[in-house]
Amino acid sequence: MDLSPIWLTLKLAGITTALLFIVGVPFAWWLSRGRSFFKIIVEAIITMPLVLPPSVLGFYLLLAFSPQRGLGKWLHDNFDVQLVFSFPGLVLASVIYSMPFMIGPVKSALQQLPAALAEASYTLGKSRWQTFKSVLLPNIKPSLLTAVVLSFAHTLGEFGVVLMIGGNIPGVTRVASIAVYDAVEKMDYASANNYSLILFSITFVMVIAVFVFNKYQAKSPLG
Amino acid sequence: MISINIEKKLKAYHGQQVLHIDKQFATGSITKIYGPSGSGKTTFLKVIAGLISPEKGVIKADRETWFNAEVKINLSTQKRNIGFVFQQYALFPNMTVRQHLEYATADENWIERLLSLGKLESLQTHKPDYLSGGQQQRLAILRALATKPRLLLMDEPFSALDTKMKTELIAALKGLLKELNITTIIVSHSPQELDGWADDEMVFE
Repeated sequence: MDLSPIWLTLKLAGITTALLFIVGVPFAWWLSRGRSFFKIIVEAIITMPLVLPPSVLGFYLLLAFSPQRGLGKWLHDNFDVQLVFSFPGLVLASVIYSMPFMIGPVKSALQQLPAALAEASYTLGKSRWQTFKSVLLPNIKPSLLTAVVLSFAHTLGEFGVVLMIGGNIPGVTRVASIAVYDAVEKMDYASANNYSLILFSITFVMVIAVFVFNKYQAKSPLG
Repeated sequence: MISINIEKKLKAYHGQQVLHIDKQFATGSITKIYGPSGSGKTTFLKVIAGLISPEKGVIKADRETWFNAEVKINLSTQKRNIGFVFQQYALFPNMTVRQHLEYATADENWIERLLSLGKLESLQTHKPDYLSGGQQQRLAILRALATKPRLLLMDEPFSALDTKMKTELIAALKGLLKELNITTIIVSHSPQELDGWADDEMVFE
């Protein structure tokens, strides 16, 4: 059995989740503070991957990443980067596709923390960044873990976007979900079952781990 | 000297009312504030702390202007050097008793002295979840003192303490506030508990 689709999937999910954590957590913090029409529009755009058919998202990303026009052309001309049918393109598409799974839980958790926690930190002379790092983030650990696992698992399971953007290039864009589809098309049910079982096992263990961890961690911030 | 002359709109059940305060607080003085719920006592403390902005007015601490609506000066809370004891304590669930104080100051001797003042030495590795209401309230007071503020704002700071602990703590605080010459404003539902301690009082209607 060729395990490369599994490794590629894990690599894609790992890099996507790491990037989403770095970008998504500060973004969720910004969204959690105050409300404006601009923020509502931004939040709606971030939420779109939740409701759009993945093929629609994939189609627009395919257009955007195309080396013939726009962002894709600019990246291709200036940095010789090709996003369509390449691993970096898959990563960027996955970051966009899984963004609501990182931002949603983190934003809700930050909004549920009592405002007095941050205020108390400010009265001690601490900056907004110090407060975020030392007071707010440590008190939303269960939601952070949930966000990380959901983003990872969601990226493991993506199919439509990957197919549109990456196609089916072995070792480059052929992730496990594509390998399952490919095997079924070739009537190779044994391989399809192997890939499916591995994906199922990984995601099941991750979801169980979140439930177990949060059972012991989830507590009201006010005790 | 803290000098305050502000106007702040308050949302009330029957429409809006305006909180208008014009008051000076002498350096090192202790002022108690009392009045019914919803009269704006907590809002007033938050306005002084810079956590809420008033619509009009001026707040000055000696020669330093903290707030001036006309010339749009609004010094951030971080720069006002105040201590604030929140009514609901607002302790950090992720920090132990000692970490609360270490977050505010690096002065180890001062931390030891504060722990002793609040009788929390034996509980310094405990997180707020594992403290009683009275112990949490004492920690909130110690944390507010940790930065050696020039102005201490306390919102119902003794409500969860038993009489014996309250008497002892007030006696200890009295000496400390005098030693550090901290101007103090205390909101209290039981103004008599501060009799013989406070130099001045304000009544909110």
